[in-house]
Amino acid sequence: MIKTDALIVGAGPTGLFTAHQLKLIGLDCEVVDNLDKIGGQCIELYPDKPIYDIPAVPECTGEELTNNLINQLKPFDIKFHLSERVDEVKKEGDKWIVKTNKGTSFTTPNVIIAGGVGSFEPRKFSVEGHEKFENKSILYSIKDKNVFKGKTVSIFGGGDSALDWAVELSNNCNVNLIHRRDEFRGAQVTVDKVHELVKSKKINLFTKFQLKKINGSSEIESIDIQDDDKQIKNLKTDYVLGFFGLIMQLGPIANWGLNIDKKTVEVDTEKFETNQKGIYAVGDICNYPGKLKLILSGFHEGALAARACFKLARPNEKYRFEFTTSSKTIKNRLGVKGD
Amino acid sequence: MAKITYIEHNGTNHTIDVQNGLTVMEGAVQNNIPGIDADCGGSMACATCHVYVKEDWFDKINKKSEGEDDMLDQAYEPKKNSRLSCQIIVSDDLDGLVVDMPEKQT
Repeated sequence: MIKTDALIVGAGPTGLFTAHQLKLIGLDCEVVDNLDKIGGQCIELYPDKPIYDIPAVPECTGEELTNNLINQLKPFDIKFHLSERVDEVKKEGDKWIVKTNKGTSFTTPNVIIAGGVGSFEPRKFSVEGHEKFENKSILYSIKDKNVFKGKTVSIFGGGDSALDWAVELSNNCNVNLIHRRDEFRGAQVTVDKVHELVKSKKINLFTKFQLKKINGSSEIESIDIQDDDKQIKNLKTDYVLGFFGLIMQLGPIANWGLNIDKKTVEVDTEKFETNQKGIYAVGDICNYPGKLKLILSGFHEGALAARACFKLARPNEKYRFEFTTSSKTIKNRLGVKGD
Repeated sequence: MAKITYIEHNGTNHTIDVQNGLTVMEGAVQNNIPGIDADCGGSMACATCHVYVKEDWFDKINKKSEGEDDMLDQAYEPKKNSRLSCQIIVSDDLDGLVVDMPEKQT
């Protein structure tokens, strides 16, 4: 069981700056995120898109913003638990016991939800009966490519993941690549490579087709794919891979006893505390009269929630407001020389 | 101003007046019409305001934005007449537009 002053759920810009604020006022924190990297929506949805409304930063991309926030955390020792999703939050005395899907557990007086629009999960097939093959012969990510050797693999999708795997697996598998339209959104070099492999019959390409039906009882025998004109083709296949990108789902947060309205969590505007003492929500996931879903609002919300955490983490101390420009204590924490 | 009809997957109809300049997504969200989530707020960074535009309207409305089809690849059950409702700007010409909503957005 990991003990910490505050646990942050979500490593997007708001979660990162909240961590900074906590460390600045002398509290410990740890961060959990379901993605395998730091940055949240900024890194997953728009790493290359410019942002123009970060105060004092005229223009930066999602990736640059993330890197700057990570740099700002450099003076501090903060443990990130990536590729882990917080599943359970339970009250025990005056502490919260938090458990992730990988079995990590925390005890903390403060939980700060900086979860954006929820956790990113792979978009799944919608055809009937797909669940029973999931993680066996229907997969949304690849851990060990060797299992496909010599097999027939049907890959759905038109982005980089779908194309990269189609190219890679065509070395030693029979690959069907199926996409709902003629254009691909992957990198041009990969798209060219795919078309080459289609010409040399290493990849069977089916465009304007989508998955219609899965045939087989205990194992997949074949799939039916259908095009826009309702024409159906039957493909024998051993594996079906879906690469439709990630979707955001509120997920287990819905079960933590919080007041939730339209996928957002209600908070007050003094501490950004939810209806549960010691659980805060900041950034896009919180909701209060006048809420703006801007990154700068998340920074403000995180700064106030961090101060509220101090009370519960250090009940016998008094929080004293200090500026980074003048406080010796803060400069020590930052590891910079005072003057 | 245009009268726009939103049809939920269960068949429930909502016909409302939407001001020019708003998007079809904003018309739904501001009037609390269920079925359009618009998680990203209209920046074409997700596919949760996905609608099916009635065939006879599909060619009359503005063409898809650059990158819109890339996002639609990630929508729930995209079809030939799929659009992101945040990319359809309302004008008088859209009076009578009918859009069907998918079974779900995520």
